[in-house]
Parts: sequence; C-alpha cells; structure tokens
Amino acid sequence: MVNVCKCQKEFKERCTQCAAVSWGLTDEGKYYCTSCHNVTERSKEVINTGAIPNTKIQAINRGLKRKRKLERGWDWYVCEGFQHILYQQAEALKTLGVGPELKNEVLHNFWKRYLQKSKQAYCKNPVCRRKVTVLEDNQSHSDWESEPELLSDFSCPSFVESGTESQPDGLAQKPFPISKASQSETASICSGSLDGVEYSLRKEKGIVKMTVPRTLAFCYLSLLWQRETVTLSDLLRFVEEGHIPYINAFQHFPEEMKLYGRDKGIFAIESWPTYEDIYKKMIEMAKFLDLPRFPEITEDCYLHPNILCMKYLMEVNLPDEMNDLTCQVVKMTGVGEVDFLTFDPIAKMAKTVKYDVQAVAVIVVVLKLLFLLDDNLEWSLSNTAEKYNENNKEDKPWFDFRKWYQVMKKSIDEKKQEWEEARAKYLWKSEKPLYHSSIDRAVAFKRREMVVDLQKQFSTLVDSTPTVGRKKPSSFQFNWAEGDVARTCFHGHSLQGILKNKGQSLTTKNSLYWLSTQKFCRSYCKHVTTYEESNFSLSYQFIINLFAFLLRIKTSFLHEEVSLIEKRLFKTKYGKTKKKSSRSRKGRKY
Amino acid sequence: MSDFSEELIRSKTEDDQEESCVLSGTGMYFPWLQKHIDTVETGGKKEKDFAQTTSACLNRIQEALLKHQWPQAAGYMHSYFQILEDSDSHKRQAAPEIIWKLGSEILFYHPKSNMETFNTFADRMKNMGVMNYLKISLQHALYLLHHGMLEDANRNLSRAETWRYGEKSSSQEVLINLVQAYKGLLQYYTWSKKKMELSNLDEDDYAYNTASQTMLNHSWKTSVNLGALIQTPGVWDPFVKSYVEILYQIVPSHKLMLEFHRLLRKSEKKDHHKLGLEVLFGVLDFAGCTKNITAWKYLAKYLRQTLMGNHLAWVQEEWNSRKTWWPSFHFSSFWAKSDWKEDKALACEKALVAGILLGKGCRYFRYICKQDHPVLRKKIRRIRKSVKKHSIVNPGL
Repeated sequence: MVNVCKCQKEFKERCTQCAAVSWGLTDEGKYYCTSCHNVTERSKEVINTGAIPNTKIQAINRGLKRKRKLERGWDWYVCEGFQHILYQQAEALKTLGVGPELKNEVLHNFWKRYLQKSKQAYCKNPVCRRKVTVLEDNQSHSDWESEPELLSDFSCPSFVESGTESQPDGLAQKPFPISKASQSETASICSGSLDGVEYSLRKEKGIVKMTVPRTLAFCYLSLLWQRETVTLSDLLRFVEEGHIPYINAFQHFPEEMKLYGRDKGIFAIESWPTYEDIYKKMIEMAKFLDLPRFPEITEDCYLHPNILCMKYLMEVNLPDEMNDLTCQVVKMTGVGEVDFLTFDPIAKMAKTVKYDVQAVAVIVVVLKLLFLLDDNLEWSLSNTAEKYNENNKEDKPWFDFRKWYQVMKKSIDEKKQEWEEARAKYLWKSEKPLYHSSIDRAVAFKRREMVVDLQKQFSTLVDSTPTVGRKKPSSFQFNWAEGDVARTCFHGHSLQGILKNKGQSLTTKNSLYWLSTQKFCRSYCKHVTTYEESNFSLSYQFIINLFAFLLRIKTSFLHEEVSLIEKRLFKTKYGKTKKKSSRSRKGRKY
Repeated sequence: MSDFSEELIRSKTEDDQEESCVLSGTGMYFPWLQKHIDTVETGGKKEKDFAQTTSACLNRIQEALLKHQWPQAAGYMHSYFQILEDSDSHKRQAAPEIIWKLGSEILFYHPKSNMETFNTFADRMKNMGVMNYLKISLQHALYLLHHGMLEDANRNLSRAETWRYGEKSSSQEVLINLVQAYKGLLQYYTWSKKKMELSNLDEDDYAYNTASQTMLNHSWKTSVNLGALIQTPGVWDPFVKSYVEILYQIVPSHKLMLEFHRLLRKSEKKDHHKLGLEVLFGVLDFAGCTKNITAWKYLAKYLRQTLMGNHLAWVQEEWNSRKTWWPSFHFSSFWAKSDWKEDKALACEKALVAGILLGKGCRYFRYICKQDHPVLRKKIRRIRKSVKKHSIVNPGL
C-alpha cells in the first residue's frame, strides 16, 4: 500500500496492468481502471456526507469494514461503550430514587461536554481516518436512534461538523493510517470496537482518557450537582452490592455490540473502585471539563455535616444528644460554611470536601472530647454510668460506653465477616468470555465451558440452605430499634453522666485531649500525616476501624481527616508547635 | 460549651514525635514506600481485587477442608473455579493442579459424592492443560485402586502410559516411569492372585496347563516392564521386591536372588524368613552358582540361624526335595578335592553346609576336616563344633 495520503487530490496513479490513467468508481467505492477494468483496493474519499444517500453509505461501509471483524455486529466506538455504561448507571440511580433530571440533563450534559473537550484532540487525526469516522457515524447513529433520551441528542451534526471543520492541511504528509490498522490485523491484535486498538494506545497530553472507574466520577459529579442524598461512599457501596453496573457492565451492551480483543483491557474491570481513587478522578474530571462552581451546600442540604453527622450517629447507634456536640464542633471549625463546603473546581486550591469522611471525623473528635479514648477514662466513665443505671432503672439511662462497645463490636464483626465472605466468593468473569485475538478465542470459550461445567457439578454439593438474596439497597448499613432486647439501641440514652455544668452551659467532664497528629507533613509526599496503629489507644483504633469499614475507606484516610478537623479546632496550639517543627526539620538534614 | 483550644493538651508530645520515626533509623517514615515494595513481586502492578478474591477463596477452601466441612468447601470451590480464567497466565497454568487436589479431596469425602462424580471430575481435569494429564491419571488410578476397582485403574494407567506430547520434559519422564511402575505393580498383583489360584488347582486338572501358561506369559510381561523400570536411577524398593519375587519364580538363579535373600532376611516377617531360606537353596540348585562363595556363606550362616531359631521343619522341607541329588551335585569327593585346591574358603563354607545337612560322616565334611592348614585350622575346628551342634542328621548328638 502506498504510504502517502492523497485524500484531497484526484486519483492520478497509473494502472498497474495497463498503465492508463483513467479511473472510475465501483459500487463499493473502489477505483477501477476504465480501460482494462482492473479493480484496485483504493477507495475514493467521501467528504461531503450530504451528497450521499444513506443506502450508499451503508454499502460502502459494508465493503470496507466487514472483513476486519471476528464477529458480525454493529460498528461502534469505544466512547459509545462508555456512553452506554453511563446510561446504565443513570438508570440504576433512578431506580434507587434519584431524580430523573440527573440522567436526562445533568449527566448527559457533563458527558457531552467531555466529548467536546476530548474530541478536540480527536480531530487532529488524519483526514482519511476522519473519513471513516464520518461514514461510521452516519450508520451507527441511525441504529442508535431507538436508544433513549441520553443518546438521541447526541447526533451526527456535532460529530461530523467538528470533523470536517478542522481538517488541518499539513496532514497530507502523514502516512495512510488504514495500513497501520491492517498491519495490526495481521498481527491478530483486534477489537470488537472500531477504535479499540487505537484507543488503548492513545496518549494525548492534557486529555483525560475515559475509563470505567471514571464513569463513577461522572456519576458522583452529577449527584453532587443535584445535591442528592447519596454520598460518595454510598455510591461505591451500591456498586459493591451490585445495584449500580460497573464490573462487567459491558455485558449489558446490545447484542450487536460485539466486544473482544483490546476492548477487554478497556472495559473488563478486575478491581473494586476505591474512595480515594474515585475522589481524585472526580476532581480531575471536574477540572478537565471546566465546570463552574457547583450549587451551594447549605445547612439544609443532606451533605451538610450537621445532617450527615446526625445520620452517622444514628447508624452507629450513638445517642441523639451527641448531635449538639457535633454541631458545635462544626461551627467552631468552620467546616459548615457554605464557601467551605461548595465545590469549585476552578478555585485555586480546587478540592471538595469529602462530606462523608468529614462528618465521620467530626464524630470521632466528639468521642475523643467526651471519652478521651486513652484506654482508661472511657472505661471508668462506663463504670459510673453502669452504677447509675443499676440504681435508676426508671430514668432515662446514661450512655454506657462499654455496653455500646460490646454491641457495636459484635455487629461490626458480623458485618465484616459477611463482607469478607462475599468478597471471597465474588464471581468476576463475565458469562460470555472475552478473548484477545482470533487465536485465543476458541481457548477462551473452551475455558468458560469448563468453568461452567465444574460449577454445575459442584453446586449440587453445596449446602441447600438458601442464602440471603441480594440485599435491598439502603443508605443505612445498620438499623437500630428501640425496645429490641437482643440489640440495645442507644439513640435515646443520655449524656448526663459525662457532662457537667459550667455556669450557664454544659461542658464535658473530661478536660483533656490528645491530638491525632502533632506535626503535619508539608512536603513531597501525598499524605498530610501518617497512621501507625500501634501508636494509638485500642479504643481509638476501634473507633477508626469502625468508621473506616462503614465508609469502606482506609483507616489512614480517616485518621488524616480527623487530624485536619483537630487542626482547625486547635489552631492556636498548632500555631505554637509550627515554629518548633520547622526548627526540628532543619535539624534533620542529610 | 467552652472553647477547647484553651484546654490542656495531654503530654503525649514525646510519644507523638516517635510516630514519624517508626520505620527507618533515620527518622523518616514513608507510608507510600510499603505499597511500592509490595508491587515488586507483581512487576510493578498493584494486585487486582480479582487476585485477592481468589487467594481469599483458596484460604477458605483449605480451612473448610481442615474442619471437614465438605459442603462449605464445595461452595467456595464453586467460586474458585474462576481462577481457570485468570488473566495472569502463571496462575492460570498452576490452577488445574490445585483444583484437582482440592476438588478430589472434597469429592472423596463429601457424603453426596460418588464414584461417577469423581470419575467425571478426574476426566475433566486430566484434559485441562497438557502438563496435568499424567499426574492426574496417576492419582485417579490410585483412587480407583483404593476403591478396589483394579481393572479401571489398569485401564487408566494403560492409557496414561501411551501419552506423549511433543518433547517430553524431564518432569514428565518421572511421571511416566511412575505410571509404568504402578501398572507393573498392578500386574504383579494380578499375577500373584493367579499364582494362588494355580496353587489351588490340581496338577492333573485340565485347566492347570492353560492357567500356568497364562501365568507364565503374564510373568514375562510384568518382569519386562518392571525390569526396564528399575534401570532408571531412583528408589524403587516396593517395585523391586515384586519384580524379584516374579523373577524368583521364573529365574531362581538370577543374581538378584542373593539381594532378595538379604531383604527377606532383614524382614520382620516369619514368612519372609522361610522364603529367604527357599531362595537361597533355589540359587544353589543351579550349576552356574555352585562356586558362588557368597551363596554358600549365606547358606551356612542362615542354616545355623534357622536351626537356632528352632525351625528345623523349614530346613527339612527344603532338604527333602534335594537330599537325593545334592550330595553328588555339590558334596562328592571329587568336589571336595577340587574345591579345596581352588578355593579353600569356599570349601570351608560348603563343608559346614554339608556337615549340617549330611552329618559328620559325609565325605565332603570328613575330607575338609582332615586337611591341615595353618590359617584355617581354627576355622575348621569351629566348623566341626557347629556341625556337631546343628547337624540335622542326628539332632542333639
């Protein structure tokens, strides 16, 4: 194949058989010599789509594309695959109770914006490839028309126009890219999608490449924009529980959207999404999309720490009275301020508050204020409470930390075991096997068959006790009811035993406090502080582990947030130690 | 509520300073470093949750097996099968063997499992991946043996024996040898059974001839198999024993018989001791071994041992069939003179045997005793004493 792109000029080569220069076009769009009727493999470029009726395009298409496929099906692009996944996820969110505007407007717009931002780089591709694109889009969009609202708006004009408008002239020298593709064909690297191979190799500077984890970033951005009552940890937990498509979401692609080869690396996920990772991706995406300041998070929003603290206090079975204290801490640290809470990607220090992590951190600080958590005071306070409760059975019981610890430890251990068991038994592989190339296709199918056979054989040997069906999705992982004898509910218990009067107001009986972090790291590492468990009391470790499991985050991540809350709370103290720490840093030079 | 920023901070200052000095002596703690160290093994990539799932699943299977919780183990196994589709090729290749080991154990003990399930499973696993065929065939055969299905086991082994795949790796050769060994062992067992059946038949019985003929054929086949096998370096004791036993039947004078005798002698079983005596006599029945000093030495010693062990009956049994011809075969005056001339040590040993079996009056014994030899004088005296003590001709005299 000649490696020069002559897209814009007339075909002027000499015929290889008769040396004449007299060309016509076959029905399939290929050049043929009018004097000897020798048909070449070269095809005429089509630039003006308006001139060609749909049927002709399909015919040309068929001639060009069908040979490359290992399976018959539609032609589709990788980004269409992602679009489908987002569509599935939006539907799932709707089922969970989220408002329909999220899917129809918010997510849709974010996605369109992403396509525009990333297509800008896409248009720098050689025109010849652009030609292919143009044709394909015409065909594929006619097929997608039946797809619901999310895709219909997403039609041809934006694609085609952006394509034809930006045809740089300097591309005439670039090698004919289709030859590259046919080379990879022969090397048996292929993909069900049209651009799967190219997509996986693509490395454009400044462009955020779409991946499956990033679909969750999109979901969360939309949820945040709508200020829905779903936190990031909730979202990820719903994914983990299977209520939102993620692992193997590609299984729900339309039958005709065949997936194989390089597509596997793009769409087949073998890890659960982590909070820390999705959080980072979310911010990165918001910046890339140039999003404006998000709708404000005010005191009546679900995501406001006052409300989230209330939610988490209920969930971990702590007394309602603690709400007062959490609100106080929120006020004193300023983490309830609108400007602090509202996400602004363009701001200089673009970061958003991790609403759930922060709320939980506030609760940890309150527990430290009340009980010190030095493996000592909390237990002696419990003794006092127990004594009181024994002698005053008619009154509102005093909150007994020890009793709470026992109840919570049991519950959390059970939950953790269930979770670990579910993880150990999770089936990752899709029903229809994915394969890399035509060579390993048969093997992949055979393997799947083996696995299914073996599974069938062994399933008859498993205990016939019916396992609990898929859990119904809920914001709450724990539910506590007053009057349940088996599992004490502490919501209505009083903090009287640990508070004392100080003039007009109440203060904690405990007057001591210890900081989770003395010195904050300010240099090159990504962390602000570290968490070496053995340095902390067992009670503190228990509390951190409890909440970290609840949110499915790393303990160090939570510990960091606790430290940051304390930093705000005790800013004067930190001001003093700051000078000390800078001096001692200097002393550590190597 | 008061402002806590004015409250005392506990004197944990010193402790907290330690916090950042945990790992290295230089006082620097790198939380991210551990993560990178962990990825060295995986070639720089963080372990996927898929891998975590499979390894957690494996642990649970093993735990369930230890606790004999077969249905639970089966449940985890159900999930574990996905490792056969692992994108990591190392794990994928190692999977069939692990699955076979665990699965076969579950199917062996699980109350709801039966022979058919086991066989289906074994056949499936055998054909998964080329390198597992022999190993699993062997283990499958052992399972069948355990359940008394000898013919099935034999068929299995025969099939396995003929398996070849391109260039044989050395590990596969060992397995093929094992397969042949067990096949040989099975054949030995069948041969042994046949021998027993034969001994129950009367010699005049019309079936005897055919039975003995088949047995003979069988013997040769087996001995050939095992014979080829033990050429390979290795420890083949149990197979050697069976091989030698067959050989003893068909070639009693084989030089291996002395080794066999030694093994039998060392054994704790009485039957083996008796057989040891038989073997020894058997060896000396043949012309090729008449001058074998080891054989005579052994026989001399062993006769004494046997008689001291009060097993006169054994000796008599062996001697009964030989007393008519051994004297002229081994103990004639011609031999006495010839042996003494050629190999005095040999002559001494033979003399002892002759004395024990024929009494002190026998020619051979008398001749040797009359000989005067400076070195061997003491020995001859000892021989005289032994014969006096042990001779079966006049016991006690």
